[in-house]
Amino acid sequence: MVTLESSEIWDLLNSIPDPEVPAISIVELGVVRDVRITDSNVEVDITPTYSGCPALKSMEEQIRAKLLLVGLTPIIKTIYKPAWTTDWMSDETKEKLRAYGIAPPEKLSFENLHPFANNDKGPVACPFCSSTDTSLTSRFGSTACKALHFCNGCRQPFEQFKCH
Amino acid sequence: MMTDLNKALIDFCLRIADNSLIHAQRISEWTGHGPILEEDIAMSNVALDLIGQSRGFYTYAAQIEGDGKTEDFYAFRRGEREFRNKLMVEQPDNKDFGFTMMKLFLNGCFDYLMFRDLMKSTDETISGLAAKSIKEVTYHVRHAGDWIVRLGDGTEESHQRIQNSLNELWPYTNELFEQDSVDALLISNGIAFDKEKFRDEWTKMVHEIFAKATLPVPENNTYSPTGGLKGIHSEHLGYLLAEMQYLPRTYPDAVW
Repeated sequence: MVTLESSEIWDLLNSIPDPEVPAISIVELGVVRDVRITDSNVEVDITPTYSGCPALKSMEEQIRAKLLLVGLTPIIKTIYKPAWTTDWMSDETKEKLRAYGIAPPEKLSFENLHPFANNDKGPVACPFCSSTDTSLTSRFGSTACKALHFCNGCRQPFEQFKCH
Repeated sequence: MMTDLNKALIDFCLRIADNSLIHAQRISEWTGHGPILEEDIAMSNVALDLIGQSRGFYTYAAQIEGDGKTEDFYAFRRGEREFRNKLMVEQPDNKDFGFTMMKLFLNGCFDYLMFRDLMKSTDETISGLAAKSIKEVTYHVRHAGDWIVRLGDGTEESHQRIQNSLNELWPYTNELFEQDSVDALLISNGIAFDKEKFRDEWTKMVHEIFAKATLPVPENNTYSPTGGLKGIHSEHLGYLLAEMQYLPRTYPDAVW
């Protein structure tokens, strides 16, 4: 018998930091898609950010550990539909990323969806000094979800959470 | 007793998964050996995306097949003749960065168009995996396309080398569009779509980048390697599998 309310389970999950970007939670990241309470158990749907995201396994383990503390052994399902998008992040979450030193993703536009589309939205603002005198160093950063930029204003490299 | 449709669906998933996995294994050979640090990281990330895509399709095939099959079984416990990847992706890169980018581009444009169709599949899992994969593939094509333009429109040396890669890989592109009775059955059920229908668009896409890169596209010649659909491969796949499968074959069921 599950005695917790669905909102309490969401609160618990919201206290789990993203293993790669601990400034935000796995709920804020948009990985937790649904929580369903059944008669005897709880089911949690999660979705990967990128197909090969190595952190997904760790997130699953943390969900299990967190819910075990309240006596639950959740059934965790990985779902692919709808595909994860950075558009699910709230403005508040994006601000947390920026304060942590990662430039937040822009809003996904339709033009982004074709490989040859000109999706140049201009330079990304530096999360440290807000300068827009920045350039893209590499489309791929330290994790699948980030790209590498350089700020000419404060002469620092920084990462951006890629718009996806 | 498994239905013909389910059998076809398993084959269909394995073909996509095998292609992504073998492609990823080749790309991952660059990890720690990239020409510059940023590209080393980029290629590792691309390989990771492709492995992730293959896992999704393997897992779905395993679910349909039942019988205790897992994604690891398909990746590590099958031999050369059971792999259904296209011959292009198993070709060795011989530490030629342009060759890797050319392969990623030619196959990526194909995958982009294929996944765009599969997003409309009547099979919910297939359409979900396609919607997920297409975003990553779009990014790979953009990255590889930029490099092809830069190398093609670069120095005399870089131009010649990327042209050689194109000439060498071009004959392998015919095989990308091959289909058989597996596809036909799925097409008639609205699960898959006729690849021939986007062939012109694919040709237009690759020509657009080659024009920017000042690379003449080779004439369509009669030499057209084939065999992936039947599991008949070039000599290179066996060596690749030997390396990829060594550990799970030597220590079956080993865990971290």
